[in-house]
Amino acid sequence: MRIGIIENLRNFSTRFDLKRKWYRFSRSPLSIIGLVISVATVIIAFAAPFVAPYPQHASLFTDFPHALQPPGSTYLFGTDEFGRDVLSRIIFGFRYSLMMAAVVLALVVPPGVILGLIAGYYRGTWIDTLIMRIADMFIAVPPLVLALSIAAVLTPSVFNAMMAVSLMWWPWYTRLTYNTVSAMRNEYFVQASEVMGASSSHTIFSEILPNCLGPILTKVTLDVGWVILLGSALSFVGLGAQPPTPDLGTMVAEGGQYLRQAWWLTIFPAMAITLIILAFNLLGDGIRDIFVEEAK
Amino acid sequence: MRRQSSTQPLLEVKNLRIGYKTYLGKLKVLNGVNLTVHQGEKVGIIGESGCGKTTTMKAVLRILATNATVDGGDIQFKGDDILKMDHKRLSEMRRKSITMIFQDPTAALNPVFKVGDLLADVIKFSGNIDIKAASKKTLRQKSIEALKEVALPDPERVLDSYPFQLSGGMRQRICIAMSLSTAKDLLIADEPTTNLDVTIQDQVLRLMKNLVEKKGLSVILISHALGTIRGTVDTVYVMYAGNMIEIAETKDLFSNPLHPYTKGLLESVPKLSGAGFSEGIKGRVPDYINPPPGCRFHPRCSYAYEICRKENPPFFDGDTNDHKVACWLYGKR
Amino acid sequence: MIFSLFGLSVLVFVLSRVLPGDPALMLAGPDAPKWVVDQLRIQLRLNQPLYTQYFYWLNDVFHGNLGYSTLTRRSVTLDIIQYLPASLELIGLAAVFSVTGAFALGVVAGRYSYKWPDNIVRIVSYVGISIPAFVLAIIFQLVFGLWLKWFPVQGPGTNAVDQVYHMVLPAVALCLGGMLQDARIIRAGMVENKDKDYISMETAQGLPERTITFKYLLKPSLIPAVTVMGLDIAALLANAFLVETVFNWPGFSQLGIRYMLNKDLNGIVALVLVIGIIYAIANILVDIVVAYLDPRIRLMERGE
Repeated sequence: MRIGIIENLRNFSTRFDLKRKWYRFSRSPLSIIGLVISVATVIIAFAAPFVAPYPQHASLFTDFPHALQPPGSTYLFGTDEFGRDVLSRIIFGFRYSLMMAAVVLALVVPPGVILGLIAGYYRGTWIDTLIMRIADMFIAVPPLVLALSIAAVLTPSVFNAMMAVSLMWWPWYTRLTYNTVSAMRNEYFVQASEVMGASSSHTIFSEILPNCLGPILTKVTLDVGWVILLGSALSFVGLGAQPPTPDLGTMVAEGGQYLRQAWWLTIFPAMAITLIILAFNLLGDGIRDIFVEEAK
Repeated sequence: MRRQSSTQPLLEVKNLRIGYKTYLGKLKVLNGVNLTVHQGEKVGIIGESGCGKTTTMKAVLRILATNATVDGGDIQFKGDDILKMDHKRLSEMRRKSITMIFQDPTAALNPVFKVGDLLADVIKFSGNIDIKAASKKTLRQKSIEALKEVALPDPERVLDSYPFQLSGGMRQRICIAMSLSTAKDLLIADEPTTNLDVTIQDQVLRLMKNLVEKKGLSVILISHALGTIRGTVDTVYVMYAGNMIEIAETKDLFSNPLHPYTKGLLESVPKLSGAGFSEGIKGRVPDYINPPPGCRFHPRCSYAYEICRKENPPFFDGDTNDHKVACWLYGKR
Repeated sequence: MIFSLFGLSVLVFVLSRVLPGDPALMLAGPDAPKWVVDQLRIQLRLNQPLYTQYFYWLNDVFHGNLGYSTLTRRSVTLDIIQYLPASLELIGLAAVFSVTGAFALGVVAGRYSYKWPDNIVRIVSYVGISIPAFVLAIIFQLVFGLWLKWFPVQGPGTNAVDQVYHMVLPAVALCLGGMLQDARIIRAGMVENKDKDYISMETAQGLPERTITFKYLLKPSLIPAVTVMGLDIAALLANAFLVETVFNWPGFSQLGIRYMLNKDLNGIVALVLVIGIIYAIANILVDIVVAYLDPRIRLMERGE
């Protein structure tokens, strides 16, 4: 018997108690703001070519007569040294930032979480030790430093920046999942599942994993902000996106040279970065609050 | 000890209403609580968990949670209105007049400080010694004396320990020591032995009785263990869902319970004489967000009238003058 | 933890050897004759198996020899010794600001929770935490340096006092995010602990409000904040890289970035290792402070 989409959605909603979660989430106005802005940035990023007033400015384009103009009616955020509209470039910058976040997290979260699940489930055995020791190695160094060094030995490019960040990011998910799973390992429902003869993989994925989703989901949301931060830091230093790609970090760096005469070149991209990070932070806090209430 | 006395009562709670603000709505817990304690009197309060006993007591000391609101009524202590007291007088009252022992001794002791630190501070700020003259040595001396009073062995070691290193019984004794280290008028004991092992319960209870006798304290003892109440207090208040519903001298209450709830409660206790188990009281404790109108017990009461659904009954006299019941069944007398 | 560092060194070493680029060639320079490069290769032991190389390298490290920088053409150790102290000063000052600020803000917000001081702190911290340090650095430079002209914007300054003056802006930019984060945690702790039984008990005993707030409420509330400080230090170390660039502060970041842009593998490897060690030491210190604050951690190990 086939179940329709609506049915499926309804099942999903009750199984994960979505109604109550939404109720809790919506209590905090800040979380709603975060949600709205985050969704807005994603939509803008997707629709960049249609939303930006001058989409062609996002790549090779010069218009020297209009260079370095302060914010005005034609160019809302002013123009840069090549005459390109800052606002449009920021909108495309959103696109790159979010794309990077999406790619990195997609690469990092599944392996990281799976490793953490395995390590936590087989806690105390050599599997655990092996996985966690390797993870610890990466955590031993501040993230940015590690990312910088990895990126440094590769040719600067957006792709390599993403690789660099991905490579050093996965252990944090492993550690988070590991901690959550360890706490759960000895709870009754796990033992019940095993006693009933369920295979290890069933226990891990169908029983334990759903209960870990809270912290993981929170971290993923907050991490969008962090990855964007890291990405823009790399670009700022010159190791990420290369000109003329409109990346927010590069724009801040380049704008720095014109700080005295054209403050808008730096300030607006800087504010854009802050806005995205702020939005995802608020969203992440809201998500965390949902699961914290449950834990009480 | 007769309840009706011509002297001014020590503590008088009149028509107290308290609510808690939660995100689901306002919990209207206390619905007009009345309580009177006279000098030297020992009062017991019986009630189920959640009926508002602790809230009332916390209101007396004004240590309610941050989301609590006082919606009406007043509390008089020796003639002063506690709810309107300024901070200075309130502090003084806490230090010198009223003290409280909590239900969970583990939660009541700050986990990151040594017992000695806490006890020394309590004594130091109790107002009974000159703060400037109080040297560490004097405070330690007095702390040791206080611990000896509660029969704690090796007081020196206890002072240097952290609460988690001590047993439950010891922790409660420390709380008692803290409360009674300086002279007080009234002791409020909120289920002092409920969280302890059964074997320790008796010890601690007896210790408390001794100290109460010795120091001539008035007491409010809260418990949901009927046996404890029966053996300890002079007067019993029965509380249900934010109201006092019956007041009587101990033996009167147990021999002649009047309120349907009290009757149900007493019958619920399995009797050793082999009379078997009762059916308990049907229904559940009310929802405080939308409490039943009128008498809050009426949904569970087999005798409920029309008026019970509309108006909360005041106290009526029972068989004796000292026995009061808040129930319309006794309204016509 | 020692194992982590050890593992880190392996990781870092392997990375440096595995990635493209011939160290011997880079060291010798593009114009060097072949025999020079070959000779260098033997000298650098590049012809030996990887694990042998690693052991020799490790041995060198313990003797303070972190290899030669292809950029500066001298010992990396010397490079680091030259540039590190300035960074440590900056980070040190930032750490001090961070801790004092977090304390002050957290306690005030906790004390007056839900009233206006608290609300201001909370709003400011939300925004402040979201601003990346380097963005903040640039904004500071712009606003406080160029527009208001309250602080100098570049370089280390001349004498000792002037240096401190120059350090203020970058230090604040560095520490602000972490400080506000910690302030939030302290505030949350105080609000949560306020309704705890032991605080009610202490109030009921008549202890003065100030004693309760600053002694009995504060200590348990600090513990989660201090635990986070380990991560804060990581952030300080990492952000120093960027902030130093903005303010032209002569610290290890200048060195690091030059290494990176020039693919000076020895330098990068050594720098990562050094930072890792500093971070590990800092974490140990933080652990000690936490153990001091929370006796349960100290003593529970031996069994209750």
